[in-house]
Amino acid sequence: MAEEVKAEDLQQPTKELTVGEEIMIQMIDVHKWYGQFHVLKNIDLTVRKGERIVVCGPSGSGKSTLIRCINRLEEHQRGQIIVEGTELTGDLKHIEQIRREVGMVFQHFNLFPHLTIMENLALAPIWVRKMPRHEAEEAAMKYLERVKIPEQAKKYPGQLSGGQQQRVAIARSLCMNPKVMLFDEPTSALDPEMIKEVLDVMIELAQEGMTMLCVTHEMGFAKTVANRVIFMDGGEIIEENNPHEFFDNPQHDRTKLFLSQILAH
Amino acid sequence: MTDASKTHAPGMHPDLPPPKTEVGAWGWMYHNLFSSPLNIGLTLGSLFLLFIAIPPILDWAFFDALWGGERTDCPKEAGTREGACWAYINYWFKHLMYGRYPNEELWRINTSYVIGAIGLIWLVLPKLPYKLWVGSFMLFAFPVICFFLFAGDSFGLQIVETPLWGGLFLTLVIAVTGIVASLPIGIVLALGRRSNMPVVKSLCVAFIELWRGVPLITVLFMSSVMFPLFMPEGLTFDKLLRALIGVMLFSAAYMAEVVRGGLQAIPKGQFEAAQALGLSFWKLMALIVMPQALKIVIPGIVNTFIGLFKDTTLVLIIGLFDFLGMAQNVSTNPDWLGFSVEGYVFVAFGFWIFCFSMSRYSQHLEQKLHTGY
Repeated sequence: MAEEVKAEDLQQPTKELTVGEEIMIQMIDVHKWYGQFHVLKNIDLTVRKGERIVVCGPSGSGKSTLIRCINRLEEHQRGQIIVEGTELTGDLKHIEQIRREVGMVFQHFNLFPHLTIMENLALAPIWVRKMPRHEAEEAAMKYLERVKIPEQAKKYPGQLSGGQQQRVAIARSLCMNPKVMLFDEPTSALDPEMIKEVLDVMIELAQEGMTMLCVTHEMGFAKTVANRVIFMDGGEIIEENNPHEFFDNPQHDRTKLFLSQILAH
Repeated sequence: MTDASKTHAPGMHPDLPPPKTEVGAWGWMYHNLFSSPLNIGLTLGSLFLLFIAIPPILDWAFFDALWGGERTDCPKEAGTREGACWAYINYWFKHLMYGRYPNEELWRINTSYVIGAIGLIWLVLPKLPYKLWVGSFMLFAFPVICFFLFAGDSFGLQIVETPLWGGLFLTLVIAVTGIVASLPIGIVLALGRRSNMPVVKSLCVAFIELWRGVPLITVLFMSSVMFPLFMPEGLTFDKLLRALIGVMLFSAAYMAEVVRGGLQAIPKGQFEAAQALGLSFWKLMALIVMPQALKIVIPGIVNTFIGLFKDTTLVLIIGLFDFLGMAQNVSTNPDWLGFSVEGYVFVAFGFWIFCFSMSRYSQHLEQKLHTGY
């Protein structure tokens, strides 16, 4: 595995990271099956406004599936998922409403290759939020500046490096002004030099109070910014704690095994 | 350390020109035509074949050919001539182009050609504004205008029955209708076939397999002969209209599979990213998936168009005389026996012009849309 970005190397948050009272996401007794395979078991999770949650675990533990259920990229078969008061069911209207408020960043960026960076960013605000074009483009430039690549606006995704593409992907989600951001292993497909630039953007986002749910192997990031770390294995949530307790004092054997494997070097 | 750098200090080696065999015309010939004994043999063999084939063709078509416009410009006995007699084409030009359309009404067809050409050029040339308006006009208003122009019987125009339509004009009517209809219908069928809704999916699969499974000639034959048997007394559909519908549905089935191939090539991540942004199904398709999918299958789409253009010649079987049909018809004229070769060569050339233009344009389109992915 590539050298992990150490917590000390990441930019440290300058503001106090607070957590609000409002509940953004609630998952109650959620189960999911892929055919016969029971991939999510008895998931109970509450996410409050401003919380930054890191979900970790071995491959196949269901962590990606869990966050993909939140914006209905995967369907759960039992239990309830409630996002900002709206329950996630087969109702298309609810699904689209929820997807507007929940942004997602993917492992493989998934930028639209036939559009320029500016068009990538402005597309959803124009077509989903019905914003006028110039307004959407102004906002897009603002977000491009926030992720520190405003000069790339006219280029195509194929011309950018991996780290730049992922930052564009983050900006693209932010253009919709979501209330919650989901990150599905955002740095796993990046070269080591680029991981830091993406993690720094995510830390700044956390500083501004964004509610974040992040599946990642970057434990440095978890130590810097997370206020809760969740460990999953075999489709279940095994352990849930704040980073200090989680890393220094793991309770379950499986957690201890996992931590010993990833923190070995 | 190589020998060459012995005489130069490190970093001081001058930029030398490459050897003669690497660049320029000699370089190209050396690498592509004479690079190995096999290639040398093939190059010489090809040159020989060209030498024995091309001069006789050029002689026949140009140098020994007779030009003119009357029957007297061609030899009495067709078998005695050395070269082609293009007077034949000249004499029958109107028939080959327009069929038996009345001479006084040809301006209607020519008007539509002019409007069509302007519209097409406007859409094709880059940097011209209002393409959306022109495109919508060409797609919706233009067919209606053409219908009224060609058929007549309104706006004071004399009616011209469809059996009189023929020649290149008829080929274009059938081909353009088929081509323009096949893409949208094909896209809808492809999406339907990929749908999760069982009824929609089965209907689309059944439609595609049915229309793809029978030859076009059968479709045309059925539409012309069998269809009237199922219609109630007195209700007749125009024969050309039946042929057009048959051609449209047939080509839509082919296009559906081509488009489906393109859709399969789009990674799931594109769908997911668009969904995660809140795009609805149709917006996702129109903005994200279809532009990518159609661009990937431009070769397949243009292939289908070109095939369709040539398949229109099958309407001969139902008594409609398109470009090729007219050439055949005209060659049976007792006054002009023996000149059928000129007719077929001319028709082949005509088809080649259209098909090659489509092919070139598609390559240009691919280059233009290439954004590096």
